[in-house]
Amino acid sequence: MKQLLTFVRKEFAHVLRDRKTLLILFGMPVAQILIFGFALTNEVKNARIMIMDQAKDQASRQIIDKIEASRYFEVNQYIHHRDELEKGFKQGDVRLAVIFPQGFDHALQHLHQAQIEVIADASDPNYATTLSSYISSIIQDYQSEQVAAAGHLPYQIVPQIRFLYNPQLKGAPNFVPGVMALVLMLVCVMMTAVSIVKEKETGTMEILLVSPFSPLMVIVSKAIPYLLLSLINVTTILLLSVFVLDLPVQGNLILLFAESTLFIITCLTLGIFISVKTSSQQVAMLISLMGMMLPTILFSGFMFPIENMPWPLQLISNVVPSKWYYIIVKAIMIKGLGFAAIWKETLILAGITLALLVISLKSFKIRLS
Amino acid sequence: MKEAVITTDKLTKRFGDFVATNEISFEVSRGEIFGFLGANGAGKTTAMRMLCGLSTPSSGNASIAGFDVYRQTEQIKKNIGYMSQKFSLYEDLTVLENIRFFGGIYGLSRPRIREKGEKLIKDLGLEQEAKKLVGALPLGWKQKLSFSVAILHDPQIVFLDEPTGGVDPVTRRQFWNMIYEAADRGVTIFVTTHYMDEAEYCNRISIMVDGRVKALDTPRNLKEHFGAATMDEVFYALARGAKRSE
Repeated sequence: MKQLLTFVRKEFAHVLRDRKTLLILFGMPVAQILIFGFALTNEVKNARIMIMDQAKDQASRQIIDKIEASRYFEVNQYIHHRDELEKGFKQGDVRLAVIFPQGFDHALQHLHQAQIEVIADASDPNYATTLSSYISSIIQDYQSEQVAAAGHLPYQIVPQIRFLYNPQLKGAPNFVPGVMALVLMLVCVMMTAVSIVKEKETGTMEILLVSPFSPLMVIVSKAIPYLLLSLINVTTILLLSVFVLDLPVQGNLILLFAESTLFIITCLTLGIFISVKTSSQQVAMLISLMGMMLPTILFSGFMFPIENMPWPLQLISNVVPSKWYYIIVKAIMIKGLGFAAIWKETLILAGITLALLVISLKSFKIRLS
Repeated sequence: MKEAVITTDKLTKRFGDFVATNEISFEVSRGEIFGFLGANGAGKTTAMRMLCGLSTPSSGNASIAGFDVYRQTEQIKKNIGYMSQKFSLYEDLTVLENIRFFGGIYGLSRPRIREKGEKLIKDLGLEQEAKKLVGALPLGWKQKLSFSVAILHDPQIVFLDEPTGGVDPVTRRQFWNMIYEAADRGVTIFVTTHYMDEAEYCNRISIMVDGRVKALDTPRNLKEHFGAATMDEVFYALARGAKRSE
């Protein structure tokens, strides 16, 4: 036990002494949260739009007021002819146009149905989709106000689109769990792999193996510091997400930390596995980066929806641990669900971890031959 | 002859069809400086790994400091020190931290580490550098420090795997003085080297060729036997017939 402490202290000295490692360790999560939170978000703010109000009646006025009040849109210009539409799109940075037909209010009152034309610049399809769904939800909102006022459904305007769990359409929820998976994957896998391979490279591993300190303990004491540092990282990310991005943790915090610990152990095992199989720091780093980061980005569902992938890729995604962790964190953090809802994912993650652990220990021969 | 601390009897290691170490038998007695020579690929490293408890022999017997290489590797590890050609301390830790770490994993108590550490630093004249990173020391000092750390826990035997590779002649000389001092205190030295002048410093040497021990005697007897003026010629006469080489 005392030997273990000596070893862990030495590992901390390695990490804390190396400025670059420290920067990666603690700078990366902060940078990623800020980059994804503010720069790479698909959330829209102050998108410029055009409005062509041919109705100029009460209903159209009220809807326009709501659009103008929204922080997602900035009404750039009011136009009067359809010819101006194309000019507006081509000239400026107008992304969307809303057209109210003549007799809008009249149609609503008497036919109980009316149409609004929404034209979006789909050269950026994601952006266009997002914008049109915002408009839809604003109209939806207007409608429900009218229903509340009238006490019955007076009329219907547009198709129903609902946004579950993310009614404000915040961009952040999806990426915070994703960034957590990504950061933990990078920190744990890469750092552990590199730190073990480094000992092999410099020859100190030989000395450790000749010493009475057991090889298994070498691995354990390598993993402990990164487990602790990773938990600090989880805390940092959660703090940033709550206080900077205004995204509270809906579910149980202890459950979230417990699941994170499980995922960290998965990553540490992966790192150990890589270190057993490689003998140079560069190779270990490359494998960690390409072999871990890419699948996390591609197959966790955090950037690209898995449901849209062809089935062979969907199949592959099942063995990527970050996918399960991502689902778990999303469930706890955003949907506020308890353990009952995620026990299956937890079981899968634990299974993957166990399998990795067995493989790693088997390949890590106690006696080097 | 004094008490034997290393005894091997037909010690053999096979990797598939390849016999890396073929029935080697010898004894090394306490306080002896035993040179373990051989061309690359002759089977030195494999033999040494077996003696250190890192690799299980395929057949034959060996006992190190009275412990069996098959069953008592843990006890063997506690009673030996090891230093390799690759520099084997942590460059990003200070001299003191390295001493504390290696003392710690060998299970020395804290006061004992402090006491031994202070003496070690004083003997090497490293008082000024004790709190500096080891990476900043010149290579010669690193090697001397490395040796001192390898015998910090007072092992019965210390294995040195080409300890003086890349070190200048003056430092090599000083290094050998340290080896002699340790041997005088009763530490058995088991050393591999490619420098034939260093072979002359050993009490006895064995020369391995193709996995077998081809010669084992004092340097003087070997030279007489082969009618050679230097160890270089002895080594060449034996190694010339080798079929294996890397």
